This record gives sequence, structure tokens and C-alpha cells, in this order.
Amino acid sequence: MERVLKILFFALIVKPIVFIVLGLNLRGKPNLPREGPALIAANHNSHLDTLVLMSLYPLSKIHRVRPVAAADYFLRNKYLAWFALKCIGIIPINRSGRMRKSELFAGCHQALDQGEILILFPEGSRGNPEELSEIKRGIYHIVHDRTDTRVTPVMMHGLGRALPRGEALLVPFNCDVIIGESLPDAENGEQLVIAIKEAFLELQKYCITCSQPRSWIQDPKP
Amino acid sequence: MFNIPPHSFNVMLVVLGLLLTATTCRLILARAKPQKDYTELRQRIQSWWWMIGIIFVCLIVSQTTAIILFAFISFLALKEFFSIVPTRQADRRVLFWAYISIPIQYYFVSIGWYGMFIIFIPIYIFLLLPMRMVLIGETKGFIYSAGIIHWAVMLTVFCLSHIAYLLVLPVQNQAAGDMGLVIFLLLMTQLNDVCQYIWGKLLGRHKIIPKVSPNKTWEGFIGGVLSIALVSTLLGPYLTPLSLKFSLLAGLLISGSGFIGDVVISSIKRDLEIKDSGSLIPGHGGILDRCDSLIFTSPLFFHFLYYVNY
Repeated sequence: MERVLKILFFALIVKPIVFIVLGLNLRGKPNLPREGPALIAANHNSHLDTLVLMSLYPLSKIHRVRPVAAADYFLRNKYLAWFALKCIGIIPINRSGRMRKSELFAGCHQALDQGEILILFPEGSRGNPEELSEIKRGIYHIVHDRTDTRVTPVMMHGLGRALPRGEALLVPFNCDVIIGESLPDAENGEQLVIAIKEAFLELQKYCITCSQPRSWIQDPKP
Repeated sequence: MFNIPPHSFNVMLVVLGLLLTATTCRLILARAKPQKDYTELRQRIQSWWWMIGIIFVCLIVSQTTAIILFAFISFLALKEFFSIVPTRQADRRVLFWAYISIPIQYYFVSIGWYGMFIIFIPIYIFLLLPMRMVLIGETKGFIYSAGIIHWAVMLTVFCLSHIAYLLVLPVQNQAAGDMGLVIFLLLMTQLNDVCQYIWGKLLGRHKIIPKVSPNKTWEGFIGGVLSIALVSTLLGPYLTPLSLKFSLLAGLLISGSGFIGDVVISSIKRDLEIKDSGSLIPGHGGILDRCDSLIFTSPLFFHFLYYVNY
């Protein structure tokens, strides 16, 4: 039943919005992990990020893709919680920092054990539109004792223009979605954070929606 | 079942025949040289099948369907334009109004209100957008933003909507029907791109504007103009109300302005340092990459025809 709800939600609402109202400049599609356990680490600018990443999967697989999301935000009231858990299928995570690591990521490990694909935004929150913020280490605690799970970096650009934080009006824009190759295993948290950061910056070079004209007023130097 | 005017029907068949030839050639090429990678050529031809298929089906189904298709193409082109140029976060609501101009403009097209069709964007939208920007109140970058937004709407909505207005003009060439003009314009414009490319590949030597587009040559340009002039003279009287002489002039106009549209969009991409404006059409790039010539040919052909025959 839940699966039907999810498929209907994505088939009738999310996919038309993502592919028609928005529109993706997609690169590196073959790098997208098809089967779990796998972890997608993406930059975060907009609520649309999750929906766009999930839309890359066929309807038959969407229930296997689980975004990891803040419990304090998405479970703050009954209706939002129902929507987040049933329509999207988030794995709620407690951001207060008062829980032990093993408990904190129990839901993530359970999902990975079942061969699901996790979507994680290591920047933590959406931040300023179209800016990269600092990458948190939490992601390392999920993958460090798992040999079966690779991290695939994904860089998105343009969604922060379409629906930035604190706005309700969706304005159509094409968005870049650049999927990188999965990262090699890291030895410690810092190494993983650096690897993700480097991957984001590398993938950003392929974005076509963030270029600035070479000159606004000045003539080019002869 | 469907009432396709005979002349338009025949030209559609010829176009499908050309596509079939292209596919056959590609298959023969792939068989002759199996070690070479023909992915891009395959994607290109496949995309042509899709684009031509969609346009023909919409033209055949009804006039309204075709107008909606052109409105949708305008939407895709405007979206692509806004996506590649830098826009200010403050202008999101202004961009929203720019999008709203599309259904209104195409509504005026569909009811054949020529006066409103011709002034709605150059006057009303032109004045509305900066007013909305003032209400937001961000003055940093105001001039650039106002310029970019209006330019985008003019190119992708106003210019492209002329092709849809061809459908609602009173039919003068009964045998070709309302769709004859659209087929003529589309065929000449796209054939011009193809001819200039082929002549350039075959004979190209002298670069025409190396700073903008290093692949464009005088040989390609002139070859394209002559080819289109010939085809247009033959096809004009068949598909449009134009006489032989005016068909020749229309061909020269489409060929010349198609080239200019192409290099204008190229200049935009050069300035932004990107190769393609999007990735909507496999093998071609974005929708702006495909409609670049059409943006210039549609209003110029329309007003030429309007002056000569209406």
C-alpha cells in the first residue's frame, strides 16, 4: 500500500515537475548506483534536491531509495511526518547531537543491510542558495565499518534558484545534475570529507547553469 | 480520417523519406566501418525522427494542438535561456511573470488578434517587468537584469510565436492549408542549417567569423544560400501563397537570417563559456541550440509574407 502511494506520488506529481517544469542537464548517469547497498552524497540547496535524485530512478525502484533527513524538521508535525515517512520514505535522523553514534545511525545501517540506496546531504542543511557549505563528518560514521557500501558524489546546481530556502513559489529552471564515480574507501573522517569536497568541486566544472559572462562592462584586454 | 491538405501531405512524405534515407545511410556506414563510433550521428538522426514526428502529429491533430506545441517550445527555450544566464535571486518573481507571458501571447495567437499579438510583449511585458523589479526594490544589477530578462522573452516568446501565427493567417493556398506555411518555414530553416554544414564540410576554407564560430565558412554560407534559394523557389509556390519571384526572395531571407540566428546564439554561449545550452535533445544539445536559426527566421519570414500577401 505504501509502495503504491509512493509510486503514484512520483509518477503523477514529482516526475512531471522534475522533468517538465524543471528539466535536468544530467551527466554521468551510468555512475548512479543501480543496486544497494549504496550511498549518494549530494550537495544541498533546496527541498527539490531529494525529489530530483529520487526521480532518476525508475518507478519500480523508487521505494528502495531512502533520503536521510532531519527528524526535527520533517517530523515536526503530524501531517508533514506522514508525508515524509509514507510518500517519500525518509530515514529520520536526530540532529541534536545528544545521541550515541551507534544509535543515531541505526536506521541507516538497517536500510543498507536491506540493500537500499541512501541519499545523504553531508552539508547538513540547505544553507545559502547555490553555495557550498562545510561538509560534516557524519557520513563517515555510516560507511567506515561497512565494506559493501561505496559513496557516490552528486553535484547539483540550479535548484536553489528554482526553489530556495524560505520560498514557496517554484520558478522553472533547468538544473545540472552531475554524477561522479564512487569514491575510494577513506581511512578517516577527515579524508572522506576532503574527498567529497574535491569531488563536488570537480563535478561543478561540468555545470552549465552557473557560468558568468566573461565581461559585463569591460572590453576584453587586447 | 484526418484532413491533411494534399500539398502539405506530400511534403511531409518527402521529409519522412529524407529521414529514412538518413537512417539507411547511417546503417550502411556503421556496417562498412564497424570500428568507428557513430553514436553522435545515431543520436542526431534519432532526435530528428522524434522532433519531426512530434511536429507532424501536432500539425495533423489540430491547429490548437500545434499552437500549444509551439507555446511549449517557447517555454522550454525561455527556461533554458534563464538557466544558462546569471539571474539574481531577487528576480525570481519577475521571471515568474516572464513565464506567464507565454500562455497570454499564445492565447492572442490562437484567437488571431493580430494587434495584440504584435504589441503585447514589446509594449506591455516590456513595461511590466521593470515595474515588478522596482517593487522588489533591489537596484544592484538592475540594468543587466532588466536587459537579460526582456531580451530572453523577446527571443524565445515573441520571435518564436510568429511561427504559430502563420497557422491562423487566412488560408490563401488552399491546397497547402494553414500548415503549409509552417512546414515551409521549418523545412527551409532546418535544411539551411544542414546545407550550410554540409557545404562547409565539403568546401569550407575561408572563415567567416572565426571569433564567434570557427567552423563557419564563406563556402558553407554561400553554398547554403544558393541551395535554399533553389529549393525555396521550387517549393514556395507549392506550400505558400508566394509567387515564384517572392519565393526566391523568401529563401534568401530565411537562409541569411538563419545564419545570423545561429551565430547570435553561439555568441551567447561563447560569452558564458559553455558548449551547449542544455541536454534536452540527444546529439543536438539544448532546445536553444536547435531553435537558434528559427528565432530569427520566423519573424522575418512572417513579416515578409504578411507585407507581400496580406
